[in-house]
Amino acid sequence: MLYRENGQFKTSYLADQQIFPILQDRVVMALLLAVAFIAVPLLASDYFLRAILIPFLILSLAAVGLNVLVGYCGQISLGTGAFMAVGAYAAWNFGVRIPAMPLLLQIVLGGLCATAVGVVFGIPSLRIRGLYLAVATLAAQFFVDWAFLRIPYFTNYSPSGSVSVPPLEVFGVPLQSSAQRYLFVLAVVAVFTLAAKNLVRGAMGRQWMAIRDMDVAASVIGIRPMYAKLTAFAVSSFIVGVAGVLWGFIHLGAWEPLAFDLARSFQLLFMVIIGGLGSILGSFFGAAFIVLLPVLLSNIPRMFGLPLAVDTASHIEHMVFGALIVFFLIAEPHGLARLWSIAKEKLRIWPFPH
Amino acid sequence: MGFFLETLFGGLMSGMLYALIGLGFVLIFKASGVFNFAQGAMVLVAALSMARFSEWIPRWLGFDNPVLANVLAFIVSAALMVALARAVERLVLRHLVNQEATTLLMATLGISYFLDGAGQIAFGSSVYSINVGMPKDPALVLDKLFEGGLLLNLEDLTAAVIAALLVAALALFFQYTGTGRALRAVADDHQAAQSVGIPLNRIWVVVWSVAGLVALVAGVIWGSKFGVQFTLSTAALRALPVVILGGLTSIPGAILGGLIIGVGEKLSEVYLGPLVGGGIEIWFAYVLALGFLLFRPQGLFGEKIIDRV
Amino acid sequence: MGHSAALPVHAMHETISADAAASDQAVRSGHSDRARRIGGVMLDMQNISLRFGGVKALTDISFDVREHEIRAIIGPNGAGKSSMLNVINGVYTPQQGAIVFEGQRYTRMQPRRAAEMGIARTFQNLALFKGMSVLDNIMTGRSLRMKCGLLAQALRIGPAAREEVRHREFVENIIDFLEIQAYRKVPVGRLPYGLQKRVDLGRALAMEPRMLLLDEPMAGMNIEEKQDMCRFILDVNDEFGTTIVLIEHDMGVVMDISDRVVVLDYGRKIGDGDPEQVRANEDVVRAYLGVSH
Repeated sequence: MLYRENGQFKTSYLADQQIFPILQDRVVMALLLAVAFIAVPLLASDYFLRAILIPFLILSLAAVGLNVLVGYCGQISLGTGAFMAVGAYAAWNFGVRIPAMPLLLQIVLGGLCATAVGVVFGIPSLRIRGLYLAVATLAAQFFVDWAFLRIPYFTNYSPSGSVSVPPLEVFGVPLQSSAQRYLFVLAVVAVFTLAAKNLVRGAMGRQWMAIRDMDVAASVIGIRPMYAKLTAFAVSSFIVGVAGVLWGFIHLGAWEPLAFDLARSFQLLFMVIIGGLGSILGSFFGAAFIVLLPVLLSNIPRMFGLPLAVDTASHIEHMVFGALIVFFLIAEPHGLARLWSIAKEKLRIWPFPH
Repeated sequence: MGFFLETLFGGLMSGMLYALIGLGFVLIFKASGVFNFAQGAMVLVAALSMARFSEWIPRWLGFDNPVLANVLAFIVSAALMVALARAVERLVLRHLVNQEATTLLMATLGISYFLDGAGQIAFGSSVYSINVGMPKDPALVLDKLFEGGLLLNLEDLTAAVIAALLVAALALFFQYTGTGRALRAVADDHQAAQSVGIPLNRIWVVVWSVAGLVALVAGVIWGSKFGVQFTLSTAALRALPVVILGGLTSIPGAILGGLIIGVGEKLSEVYLGPLVGGGIEIWFAYVLALGFLLFRPQGLFGEKIIDRV
Repeated sequence: MGHSAALPVHAMHETISADAAASDQAVRSGHSDRARRIGGVMLDMQNISLRFGGVKALTDISFDVREHEIRAIIGPNGAGKSSMLNVINGVYTPQQGAIVFEGQRYTRMQPRRAAEMGIARTFQNLALFKGMSVLDNIMTGRSLRMKCGLLAQALRIGPAAREEVRHREFVENIIDFLEIQAYRKVPVGRLPYGLQKRVDLGRALAMEPRMLLLDEPMAGMNIEEKQDMCRFILDVNDEFGTTIVLIEHDMGVVMDISDRVVVLDYGRKIGDGDPEQVRANEDVVRAYLGVSH
């Protein structure tokens, strides 16, 4: 009744190709953006902004990047943490060695360095796939872990092995308060998500999906598997690298290689699987789920008067993640995003049953 | 020279430890085409089970004999691993027949996380010890050839012998028994195997049970040497390059791959490490595996991977 | 061209409706028009031999294909017909022999080069991208012609947006031509087999091919679907002048729409000529019916 496409006729291909062809979707999206940009910074608490929204947004961006590689192009990667690390450390090094480098430039350069590393470790994908490719990306993860731990140049010979960033500002506006940081992260995430969405719905996205679905047929059409796979690695690593810079600079402030370890890679992969492979929206759902679950697990038992010990909560988290991964892979490989679109389908015919 | 040999032996021994875990990978891959990321978690659960039950059983049943405790704990743990295998088959594998390898891989990743959490909730998450009577004192050998003799770790040597026996038994099982043949058929093509009447479900229960028992042996040996703690499950990730090198479908390959990686890691750490800041062990195995993947993905003894057009 | 049984004509051919008989007439008169348009040799397969390990898929096969014609490749199962098509567009590389396409000689053909030279194909087992919609599948056929770079696509303003719309228009014409407008947003995996085959054809057509290789385009279709598919193939050949190389089992179709026929059996060529000649060829008859004792 509310969610009908009735009367919304498209008279041009351009109109038909919009990201949100249905008017109601556009309205909701506009409202959501208005709330996100205007209401939230005014109303939300510091805790909510710093501990929930900012990590959620940054991890969503990383999940979008990973989804491009795993979901759209079908190349498995277990080394995402490493690419985040490259982005963060590269941006930090540029900032430290070239004084007065603007933050946005640091972010872009961090992303580009992550791209370079991503392409190098993506080269094996031209010859191997599946499990074997997963092993190659694990090699990237461990190698990068080691590099930032043991090569003192990367941490500017810091005695503690960790690095930290000075107070940040962009275009003269300081990024001190939670609201300022939140708005900056939101803007960056919004821009890159839009870019990613444009890519996956355009010619490049179709090339990626063709390679994912049947790469022999793809080459017969004239798509070059090498170009498609390496661009997938490149774009994915760039986005993940940018997310890494945001994670280190804005969320953590100071970090060491552990922040981007294998557990982080698995966490991102879980987000993408639970949220929905091959769906930009799904990346956000997955990130929300993974960020919220620990919060729920620590708060809900407390509300019932049965507080959980920290490590028990963490074990339960592991169990829930594991069980959900298996559940989604069996029942709904397209994750929460598919459940969402099924719900929307049902909403279209509501209140009629069919 | 003596130092080199000691490092070499040490590498060989640690390689055998890796190979023990790698065997579990090979078994499941050989028989079902699934790469079991959860092997490490299985080792952890098995080791935890062994450690805790060897504590609890004497307490519950009120006796004091450590040998009996160990034997009973082993039996109980073995039963647990078999039950686990049945659960995995029924709840997970059955529903993912003929899915892509990547999907199955991610499913085993999920199982790994689940087992990690569940095992630690059930058995606790401190460090526990396993004492099955492995020789703890090192021996000094060849003191006629080298001054002071070479330090040889007897515990590792015992582990190596056990591993070798296990490998021999498994290799014979796969080659010469009907079940072994059926397992190889299933690894090749699930649907084809089903269509000739091979009961997939039972085969998978058998395979995962055997892998579970191998995990138990590995868990006992590792636990005895290092103590049982949650890092055991990630130690399995160190074993992954071993099977890449040896070939995912080759049982003897797991041993050879283990030896190469063990020796390579130790030697590179000792001789190359100081040049680049140390800690090479973290990635040496993986980069070596990466090299193999680029030039010889089937490893030393694995079957050639044919990508049909 | 009667319905005699010198060849084991497909059973369905016997039950052709009057409707189809009438369209046969139109086809037959169209034949003479087409004969006038057929040009010089476009593709020349020279002494192609292909082996897989010990199995000889193709042995010393030579034939040519003329521009604008419809060339059928027929033969019993396992004769090597699909392998031949795979050699033409570079999926398989023959151990011996050469491919001469429009005067250029190649001993190795890459799929991408074949695509760039204007050779498109459909597949026996389809080879559609199951994760994408009909529209997107056919749009992938335009990949070679989409020139905008990564950054332009990410920003999607100006040239990138216009390019997307332009190619969408072209693809919509193909969708109209194949009469699948109602299904354009449906994921291909959900369509019935006959429609999937049309999408496969559409994707090949989107490449604006000079030569179209069709691997059993009518397999598994009922009589109406076959008529539709024949109509599409003939229209493509008539309107765009596309040269067609066609593997087909239905003898009625082969007799009706092809200009010349090549017959393969056990990887060897046993017949080559126009449909009448081939039908009368004893070797061909023997290959299908077996030797009488």
